[in-house]
Amino acid sequence: MKKVLAAIIFCNFMVSSAVSAEIKIGFVTTLTTPAAVIGEDMTNAVNLALEHLNGKAGSHKIEVVFGDDGFAPDTGKQVTDRLLKQDKVDIMAGYIWSHVLLASRKSVLDAGKILISSNAGPSQMASKLCHENFFSASWQNDQTPMAMGEVFNKVGIKSLYIMAPNYAAGKDMVAGIERTFKGQVVGKDLTKWGADAQLDFSAELAKAKVSGADGLFVFYPGAASGAFTKQYHQAGLKDLLPLYSVFTIDGISLPKLQAANFSGIVGSKVTQQWDPSLDNQANKKFVNDFKKQFGKYPSFYAAQSYDTINMIASAVTAVDGDMSDVAGLRSALKSANYNSVRGKYSYGNNNFPIQNFYLREVVEDSDGNWTTEVVDTVFKNHQDPFAADCKLK
Amino acid sequence: MDYTLLLIQVLNGLQLGVLLFLVASGLTLVFGILDFVNLAHGSIYMLGAFVCASLTYALDSYLLAVILALPIIGIIGYLFEVFLARPLYSRDHLDHVLGTFGAILVIDTIAHLIWGPAGIAIPLPNYLDGQIKISENIELPTFRVLIIIVGLLAAFGLLWLVNFTRLGMLIRAGASNRTMVSALGIDIRTLFAIVFAIGATLAGMAGMLIAPITEASLGMGNNVIITAFVVIIVGGIGSVKGALVAALLIGLIDTLGRAFLDDFFKIFMSAAAAENSAPAISSMSIYLIMALILSFKPNGLFPPKLR
Repeated sequence: MKKVLAAIIFCNFMVSSAVSAEIKIGFVTTLTTPAAVIGEDMTNAVNLALEHLNGKAGSHKIEVVFGDDGFAPDTGKQVTDRLLKQDKVDIMAGYIWSHVLLASRKSVLDAGKILISSNAGPSQMASKLCHENFFSASWQNDQTPMAMGEVFNKVGIKSLYIMAPNYAAGKDMVAGIERTFKGQVVGKDLTKWGADAQLDFSAELAKAKVSGADGLFVFYPGAASGAFTKQYHQAGLKDLLPLYSVFTIDGISLPKLQAANFSGIVGSKVTQQWDPSLDNQANKKFVNDFKKQFGKYPSFYAAQSYDTINMIASAVTAVDGDMSDVAGLRSALKSANYNSVRGKYSYGNNNFPIQNFYLREVVEDSDGNWTTEVVDTVFKNHQDPFAADCKLK
Repeated sequence: MDYTLLLIQVLNGLQLGVLLFLVASGLTLVFGILDFVNLAHGSIYMLGAFVCASLTYALDSYLLAVILALPIIGIIGYLFEVFLARPLYSRDHLDHVLGTFGAILVIDTIAHLIWGPAGIAIPLPNYLDGQIKISENIELPTFRVLIIIVGLLAAFGLLWLVNFTRLGMLIRAGASNRTMVSALGIDIRTLFAIVFAIGATLAGMAGMLIAPITEASLGMGNNVIITAFVVIIVGGIGSVKGALVAALLIGLIDTLGRAFLDDFFKIFMSAAAAENSAPAISSMSIYLIMALILSFKPNGLFPPKLR
C-alpha cells in the first residue's frame, strides 16, 4: 500500500514540475528466476531512495526505469540496449552480476553515458577495462574475500577448502582470498552457475569433508546461499569444518535460514563494506525506514542501490540537471559528495571506492530477528589491488 | 585413491540418479505411449516442491505434507492432461513443444505470484536432519539415504506395475501399437490420463524429495527437464527399464565427474589448467556420454520393440 502511495506522490511530482529537466535512470537488475529475490531487494531500496528524495535531485525530477537481465549476460546486454535506445535514459546503473556487467558495459560507454555498478565489481573493469565514465557504488570483487583472508591469518587458520560458482565474480573471489591468505588451499571447486546453476553440492561437500582443511570458504550469493547452507548443515560439518563466507549470509538469506531454524548460522562471521549496524545518520534512516516499509533488514545489495540513487542525485544537482555535461557529472561522482550509508569514502584512479571493510557477526536482535553486527574493522581505507593496472590518473 | 570417498560419491551419484529417474520415468511414459512431448513436466516437479513446502509449514510436518501433496499433484497432472495435453495429441511435435512451453511460462508466473521469487526452504524433522554412520568412516546425511531408498522403491514399484500388472500390460501395448489397443475395446483416453497422472505424481515426488536439500525455487524444473530428456533418449524412449538404467548412469557420471575429474586431469596437465578445465568438462560430461551411446545405439539402450 505504501509503495502505491509513494508511486502516486511520485507521479504528482512528475506532473507538477514541468519546467525543470527530467532525468531518466536506467536500472538493470534481476526480476525473474530465483535470483529475483535480490532484484526485489534492490528495487525496494531504489524506491525508498526516491521517496526520501521526494523524487527529485535538486529541482529536477528523477525517474527510474527498471530492466530485467534474467540472470544471463545476453539478456542483460539486450535490456541495456533497449533502455539506452528506446527509453532514452540519461544514465545507467544497477547490475548484480559481473558477467552481465562485462557484457553490457560497451553499449553504455560507447553511447557516451555514465555507467554505475550497484554491485558487480569484476577485476577486468578495475584494471585494463577501466573507463572514466564507469563508477562503482560497491567494491571490487577481490576486496571482500581479501578482508576474509586477513581474518583467517589473524585467527590462525592454516588450511582452507574453497567452493565458488564458476563465473567471473566466483573466480575473482577465489583470487581475492588467495591474495591475502597465507595458509594452504587444500582443495577448490568451481560449480556450474547461471539460470540452471548447480544447487546440489553433495559431491563437493564430501570432498571438503575428507580434505582435512581447518575451514571451508564459500561464495554463494542469492538463492544458492539457502541451498548451500542447508546442505552444509545436513552434512554435519558444523563442528568438523567451520564455514566462512562472503556475500552468502546476508539480509536476504537470514530470514529464510531463521524460518527453517538453522541455528548453526548464528555466530558465523562474514566480511563486508557495509552493515545495518553502522553508526551514521544516513544509515540509521535507511535501515529504519526500510524495516518499517518492507518488514525486514535491508541486504548489502539494497544498501548499495540506495547509495547509487543518492550518488546520482548528488551529481545531477551538481550539474543542475544538464545531463549532456558528462565531464561535470564525472567530477561530481568522483568526489563522492553524498551521504553514503557506509559512511564517508573516496574514489581511486580506477573509479572504485577506497573504503573500510568490516568483520560482521550473525546475531539475534532485540526483536528476535537474525541480523549482522560489526565486530571489527579489518581494512581501513582499502584500495583494490588492480588500481595500478588502470591507465586513468 | 581413497575408497571411502569413492563409495560416498557413488552413493551421492545414486541419489541424483534416482531423482532423475522419478522425473524421467513420467516423461518417457508420456513420450513413448502418448507420443507427446511434454516440456512442462519440469513445472509439475516444481509444483510438487512448492505445494509440499506450503503444506509443511501449514501442517508442521514434512511427512504428512508429502503424503497429502502426492495426490494433489496427481490430480493436477490429470487436469493438465484433460485440458492441455488432450487437445494437442493429434497435432505434430512442434505444436506440443509450443503448447507445453507456454504452459511452463504460465505455471512459472503463477508460482511467482503465489509463492514470490524468494523460494522456500523446507525444514526437516530432527530424525531426518542428522547423519547416518554406515561404517567407521562413512557418514551420510540421513535424508539423502532416505531419497535413495524411496527412489529405488518407487522405481521397482513402477517396473512391477509396467511389467506384471494388467494396467502395465495395457501401457506396454499402447506403447507398441496404439490403434490396435483401442480397436480391442480399451478406453485409450482413460488409460492415457492415468499414465499422465502417474508420471506427474512421480515428478512431483522428485520435487518434494529434492526441496529439503535445495529448497523449492522458481525455474527449478527447467534445470532438471533437460537432463531428464537426456536420460530418456539414452535409455530408449518409452522404456521404463531404460530410464532407470540411464538415470543411474547419468547420475553417477555427473557426480563422479564433479568429484574426481580435476584430480584425474592433474595427472597429465598443470594444476591451474586442470582446475579451469575440469568444471567445464564435467558440466558437459553427460552430453558427451549421450553422443557416445547414440553413435552406437541410435535408439537408446533399451528401445521398446515394435513401435
